[in-house]
Amino acid sequence: MKVLMFGWEFPPHILGGLGTASYGLTRGMAEQNDMELVFVIPKPHGDEDQSFLKIIGACNVPVVWKNNNWDYVNQKIGNVMHPDEYFWLRDGIKYDFSRIYTNELGCINFSGKYPENLIEEISNYEAVASVLAHQMHFDVIHSHDWLTYPAGAFAKQISGKPLVIHVHATDFDRSRGNVNPTVYSIEKRGMDIADHIITVSNLTRNTVIEKYHQDPRKVTTVHNAVEPLQDADSFTKTERKDKIVTFLGRITMQKGPEYFVEAAHRVLQKTDGVRFVMAGSGDMMNAMIELAAERGIADKFHFTGFLKGRQVHEMLAESDVYMMPSVSEPFGISPLEAMQVGTPSIISKQSGCAEILTHAIKTDYWDIDAMADAIYGIVKYPAMYESMRNLGRDEVNNIKWYDAGLKVRAIYNSVLGW
Amino acid sequence: MKNICFYFQIHQPERLKRYRFFEIGQDHYYYDDFQNNENIRRLAEQSYLPANQTIAEMIRSSNGKFKCAFSISGVTLEQLQRFSPEVIDSFKELAATGSVEFLAEPYAHSLASVFDEEEFQSQVKMHSDLIHSLFGKKPSVFRNAALIYSDDIGEAVLKMGYKTILIEEAKHVMGWKSPNYMYSHSYLNKLKILVRNIKLSEDIFMRFSNPSWNEYPLTAEKFVDKIAATSADEKIFNVWMGYESLGVVQPEHTGIFNFFKAIPYHAMEREIGFALPSEIAKANEITGNLTVPFPSSWWGHEKDLSPWKGNDLQNEALEKLYQVSERVRMSKDKPLLQDWLHLQTSDHFRYMSHKEAYGSNYESPYDAFVNYMNVLADFLERVKMQFPSSIDNEELNGLLKTITQQGKTIELLEQELDKLKAKKAKQQKE
Repeated sequence: MKVLMFGWEFPPHILGGLGTASYGLTRGMAEQNDMELVFVIPKPHGDEDQSFLKIIGACNVPVVWKNNNWDYVNQKIGNVMHPDEYFWLRDGIKYDFSRIYTNELGCINFSGKYPENLIEEISNYEAVASVLAHQMHFDVIHSHDWLTYPAGAFAKQISGKPLVIHVHATDFDRSRGNVNPTVYSIEKRGMDIADHIITVSNLTRNTVIEKYHQDPRKVTTVHNAVEPLQDADSFTKTERKDKIVTFLGRITMQKGPEYFVEAAHRVLQKTDGVRFVMAGSGDMMNAMIELAAERGIADKFHFTGFLKGRQVHEMLAESDVYMMPSVSEPFGISPLEAMQVGTPSIISKQSGCAEILTHAIKTDYWDIDAMADAIYGIVKYPAMYESMRNLGRDEVNNIKWYDAGLKVRAIYNSVLGW
Repeated sequence: MKNICFYFQIHQPERLKRYRFFEIGQDHYYYDDFQNNENIRRLAEQSYLPANQTIAEMIRSSNGKFKCAFSISGVTLEQLQRFSPEVIDSFKELAATGSVEFLAEPYAHSLASVFDEEEFQSQVKMHSDLIHSLFGKKPSVFRNAALIYSDDIGEAVLKMGYKTILIEEAKHVMGWKSPNYMYSHSYLNKLKILVRNIKLSEDIFMRFSNPSWNEYPLTAEKFVDKIAATSADEKIFNVWMGYESLGVVQPEHTGIFNFFKAIPYHAMEREIGFALPSEIAKANEITGNLTVPFPSSWWGHEKDLSPWKGNDLQNEALEKLYQVSERVRMSKDKPLLQDWLHLQTSDHFRYMSHKEAYGSNYESPYDAFVNYMNVLADFLERVKMQFPSSIDNEELNGLLKTITQQGKTIELLEQELDKLKAKKAKQQKE
């Protein structure tokens, strides 16, 4: 089974959950013996783990024919791609993309981030897909998230191979319902063209069916998993006088930070010895600082700013409670990461991960009383904390990417009629 | 003669309302009246009343040959009195036929038998008094909440004067032994033990309407035939279940009521009779004894205490609750004592189970735990306020004794004083 995957992020350089999920899933799939994965991202940094798949940087794929000699190509991109491969891919240029601005190798400069001209970058990605589709051999195309749907769709049109798209989020999640029409149209078109749609939760599946009018038979949920944390024991919890309740993530509308502040206010009205931490950054951060001050809890409510890498797990491990009051979360990997280091989690029912977790507290995102009550329960009743800590850790350790990979494989088999 | 012993349990916990932590110390009413009312009325309508009617008809049509036993927990009787008194009346009518028997049990359907023998005794007495006042007869046969039984519990039950107890056919208790005989306590052979026949019982309440079951459909004839086909010396067939099996677990449309109505005729045709637990105990010989070092129960796969004390949450809640039992019993505060009973109802703890939370009104075991603990926190505050915490239980007991006996003591002293005065007067006269 040869799969051509289009993604946008791949660790170690990631900006959100998409990269983590792409990595985990491909790694889990690679455990299947006959699985050959080629993963395309706009701009690799060269330090990606390629032990189980091959990574192609879209920024190194020529889309406009330029005459270059071997040595020059080697000097330019030899560190990430073999020059022979460059010349071989150059033979796949069948269309005139000279309207696109390219460098001396005929390649497009991708930012690999989420720039201002994102829509342009998405359509440039399509050009790269056309070259790859002409030149490469694969059985199935797999596109991760809306940024790569057009590329996948174009590759399908050229190669005639089935397209599976993977919905990690929809614009309905990001915007609390006020969708961007351009984004919606890209998403909708991708779903219409796809042979099968994978969603990361039933919540997302329902959105795809109801808001994007897809045939339910064409949409399957494959829940995300979590990579085992090799050094889980290296994260320790310092003995403290005060209990710590943490919110960690982008401080944006989607994540429901204001409900966290309100729940904190509820708890602090009645209890001493609890502190609240809001880790992360985002466009609602200042508003949250103001809200905490307005509620008069600023002395017990702390902001850390953006955390990354090891800091994330350290923060989670130091916490007594992790809370994710997301208004709409397609999956939400962070509660699983918190549970890996033994931190009890409170999640909103509007989070996809709620569908697979038993040893986490689930409340409605707006139900601040229920959240406050759950926080109180975990910090006040030791049995609750211990129970959630131990059973939660066991539970999460049994959610494996390998199993998710098998489900994806079954979907490939069905679209291929194997 | 082979006898079928039917016995039905009626128990509904008084469910707790949603009680947030910020209500601790503010709100001392813990129950969800709306939910409890609705629950009891629904059960009365769909099960208790039509089932009682069915039983009454069976008794009438068999000329009193059909008999069955009931156990109704005290907390359920209270709710029935409040929300559906017609059910009580209907049980009174059944009691008047003389063909039914009411069994003894701890008032609150609690785990007191496991945690606190004194509490256990007081609850059994309370329940027996209530049954007597409602149905005119004191129970003589005992069954524990969820048929929880062990050698120790058996001993405690015998001490209270009950000579027959009902237990579950648990593998770890019975081994190869058949439930169709009568047994006795491990070392106290005065206590007779009747054992539920799981297969026959579950055939009715679990499988009756299951079309994928190979014996489906179960008719009264088939049911009785199975009993008739057993060997001649197997005489006791204990078919025990929750009363909701009639009408709720197996809804009316499955034909459950008609199934029951047909049983007496077919049984009598095959010369199979019906007997109450007390009659069975009198009429049969003890076959052997049962040793039960660890408590057994009729819940779950393990048939042990794990549905109530199988995880950290449950253990913590139970520990915190029973820590104060001695203090609570010293109190005279009626509402406090009432809450003490209701908080002991075993269902609250079962809802905290990760595997046996059947029938729970909570979203998760954690939800059940947090809510219960919040209520308990308020309750414990109230217990603390009863007596100063600086005095320990023993000292407090002494003081309370002094207080309760002060009248008597004063009287005694006065008598003595009078005597002395009289003596003195006499002396002076002389």
